[in-house]
Amino acid sequence: MSSIANSIFTPETAARFDKLASIYPVKRSALVPMLLYAQDEIGYVSNAAVAEIAERLDLLELDVRNVLSYYSMLRTAPVGKYNVQVCTNISCMLRGGFELLDHCKKTLHIGHKETTADGLFSLEEVECIGACCWAPAVQVNYDFHEDLTPAKMDAVLEDYRAGRGKDVK
Amino acid sequence: MADVSFTVDGKKLTAPAGTLLIDACKSAGIEIPAFCYYPGLSLQAACRMCVVRIEKQPKLATACTTTVAEGMNVTTESPEIAQARKATLQLLLGNHPLDCPVCDAGGECELQDMTFKYGAADSFYTEPKNHREEQQWSPVVYFDRPRCILCYRCVRMCGEGMDIFALGVQNRGSSSVIAPNIPVSESPNGMAALDCEQCGMCIDACPVGALTSGTYRYKTRPWEMNHVATVCTHCGDGCKTTLGVRSVSDGSEIVRGDNRDKSGMNGDFLCNKGRYAFDFANNIERLTSPLVRKDGKLVPVSWEEALGFAGKRLREIRDEKGANAVGVIGSNRTTNEESYLLQKFARTVIGTNNIDHHRTADYVTLATALQGTTTVAGKPRFASQRCVEKSPAILLVGGDPTNEAPLTAWNIRTNVRLNKARVYVANHRDIKLKRQAKAFTPVAEFGYAAFIDSLGEENEFTKAVKSEEKLLVVVGNELRGGELAKLIAALPHAKFALLADYANSRGAADMGVLPDALPGYQPLTGSAIASEYTSPSEPGLDLLGMFDAAANGKLAALYVVGSNPVKRYGIDATALKDTFVIVQDMFLTETAMLADVVLPAANLYEKSGSVTNSYGDVQLVSKAADKAGVRSDFEMIVRLADKFGHEIKTLVPFGKGLRADMGQTRGAQSGEADRHSVWLTANNMEPKLSPFDPFAILDEIQRLVPGYDKLLRLQLLSGNDQHIAPAGSGLVQISGSRKDLVLPAADSLFTSGSLTRYSPMLQDVQRHQADEAATPLASAD
Repeated sequence: MSSIANSIFTPETAARFDKLASIYPVKRSALVPMLLYAQDEIGYVSNAAVAEIAERLDLLELDVRNVLSYYSMLRTAPVGKYNVQVCTNISCMLRGGFELLDHCKKTLHIGHKETTADGLFSLEEVECIGACCWAPAVQVNYDFHEDLTPAKMDAVLEDYRAGRGKDVK
Repeated sequence: MADVSFTVDGKKLTAPAGTLLIDACKSAGIEIPAFCYYPGLSLQAACRMCVVRIEKQPKLATACTTTVAEGMNVTTESPEIAQARKATLQLLLGNHPLDCPVCDAGGECELQDMTFKYGAADSFYTEPKNHREEQQWSPVVYFDRPRCILCYRCVRMCGEGMDIFALGVQNRGSSSVIAPNIPVSESPNGMAALDCEQCGMCIDACPVGALTSGTYRYKTRPWEMNHVATVCTHCGDGCKTTLGVRSVSDGSEIVRGDNRDKSGMNGDFLCNKGRYAFDFANNIERLTSPLVRKDGKLVPVSWEEALGFAGKRLREIRDEKGANAVGVIGSNRTTNEESYLLQKFARTVIGTNNIDHHRTADYVTLATALQGTTTVAGKPRFASQRCVEKSPAILLVGGDPTNEAPLTAWNIRTNVRLNKARVYVANHRDIKLKRQAKAFTPVAEFGYAAFIDSLGEENEFTKAVKSEEKLLVVVGNELRGGELAKLIAALPHAKFALLADYANSRGAADMGVLPDALPGYQPLTGSAIASEYTSPSEPGLDLLGMFDAAANGKLAALYVVGSNPVKRYGIDATALKDTFVIVQDMFLTETAMLADVVLPAANLYEKSGSVTNSYGDVQLVSKAADKAGVRSDFEMIVRLADKFGHEIKTLVPFGKGLRADMGQTRGAQSGEADRHSVWLTANNMEPKLSPFDPFAILDEIQRLVPGYDKLLRLQLLSGNDQHIAPAGSGLVQISGSRKDLVLPAADSLFTSGSLTRYSPMLQDVQRHQADEAATPLASAD
């Protein structure tokens, strides 16, 4: 049973949130993990999610939004089923990250932070995703794809298009 | 704390340990520039403008976060520091538009001043400037994002100072922005908006022109205005305000209200009423000509005709029907001098005690209940507004200061924030100050008597309250009469303050605008003041008694000054049909519409004199604005007495032998008259006071009204507040049958008694709070 009467989250997530709010010395420390789990469940951090998290942690909605807008991996708008995040930071840039990004833009016919018409893919240029050893790297939802070339990228996208990828949003 | 000695720019200084270097330097006259530092708010060290060189430290350090230490050697100006500050300015100016000629902060912008000083004229920043359109967050707050330097003063002011948290910081790096609490996605009109108290403190704290005021922007420039320090006309807190005034064709108009002059007891605080609701004075519905009823209609006439008719008729009625057929109603919005004069007019010119005003708190009981009791630690038990900011413990019984007395609430919050004061709240509502409280005890509505009884019991709340050695009790106007007296008796060790509505409610009571008490709560017989007045010794009719008498045909004339009892008390208009009514007011109110003579009055921003706030702090009001065609209530009372056929010298002492005001009180309009009086004095000729100078009567107030004899004229004229307490003994005795006539206005934060309807800005803010701010909250439920 969740501490919030009409939670917008599933009973499992709600229970997880109840626990999260109780394990830190200060309740608001649970804010970032909560936002991440909320995003995993809903696909993005909606206004309703902001409102509920604020209520759970005794924060103002504005406080939640202040943190939410700081982290670029947290989203406030829905993305496609597969969110393609292309790293263009130093290592990836030197190994062709920008070519990869341009290639994705061309093949998917979308730009930065846009979603394809069928809602399958969205594209995002991101800061370092921590895969410098295998640059250039791309993260699709929670999957890593490293050491890519435009041709390899096509194959990766094709896999997802054919429904062979993990579906975590 | 112990003092430490240190050296700044070769100068030996001492300051208490723990003082911030920037503050210690400021007290010694060494200015260290800073944008993000704001006294009283938490430290940010975000702007890097206050960097100084401290000996033995490897790098430049920020003076706003460094506390002084023994033997510290500091350099505040050197080529190295100037270079560092210049680089900071170049960074801040990276995206800053150079729109100083149109920016409202031009001339008052700290960034402009610093750029001028350090000359960061060229920038290494070659990218296009990050531009965003200006946003309107509320009727009074506008945000121009490119001008913002992210000092977070507004965020801290709103959060820590106001306890609202309506502003936050969103995004990061170069896209960081200040954001309001209602984002675009939740706003009904597709625009970001503020749900706050609309106090405008964020605008005041903003060091640049990023936040600008809806009432002032694009109207004028700082150097084009006269700045007059006076007292806000709205609630009983008595905030000092600096009005920016400008000449217009029919007088001079107020264009801005703020508190540049931070010398008052409110520091830099003003609420939305003080900051924006001055516009009632500029309202086009102002009466500017006397009106007399002819054939059932009010028609404009000359002053001579209106006053002549009113005075003659009043004399006839007094002579025919007797003095007790005349009633006089005073105001909460007139100066002490006017209130005093009005009751003197009623008692000595008419010869009746039928005088009363709209009472908003029971000051008679407060004065009498506290008389004769010993002082607390040698200090009087009447608290001053300044006690609220300093007292280590505060008990708040009733009242909602956040809405009704915003400065009291601000001072309580400041006291909690800076001095860790303990606040105890007993209230029938969940008031916002509960958030600051150490303990809260709910009281049933109208159940304060039970709460006072519970003070005798042993529970956690009463134990905590009674263990406080220095306790200040702030009492709301729900408590009056016997209850108030009982509360005062229950806490013999405490200091008391009673909150009233309106600017001069306390003053009206102190000045004896009461049917059963003379000025200073002196009884009608026996006191020194009574022997000087030749007035009847029987109490007169109170306000409602007068209207009852009018309905029964026993009140033939009624003289109303600056109040609207017909609306406030819901009086049936037919009650006054056979009564001759004279009304002095700014607007054609419900009462004025029933009058036979209406005289256009100046408001508190348009005259000089003194006012007393809820706590008994007396302050000077100076003439700031001016409106052609109106006269001060003081002048009108004197002229009416003259037309009545009264010897004016016995009403207002004037002429030789009195201490004159040399023009200091006339504010922005001072000029020729002052030079004349200076010349007179220089030539050993005594300036003569006119009977229309309110200071002519201040001598008499100081001579006759107990408590006001302690008033220091020089302190008053210097713009300082002085605390006045009624005399310790010989006050009017409360009889058991005394009627409770206290009718608080119970104003909310966005209303102000009868003035809201004449203030477009207050109405606009009210509408904004009801629509833009309330809708997202409703949908969230």
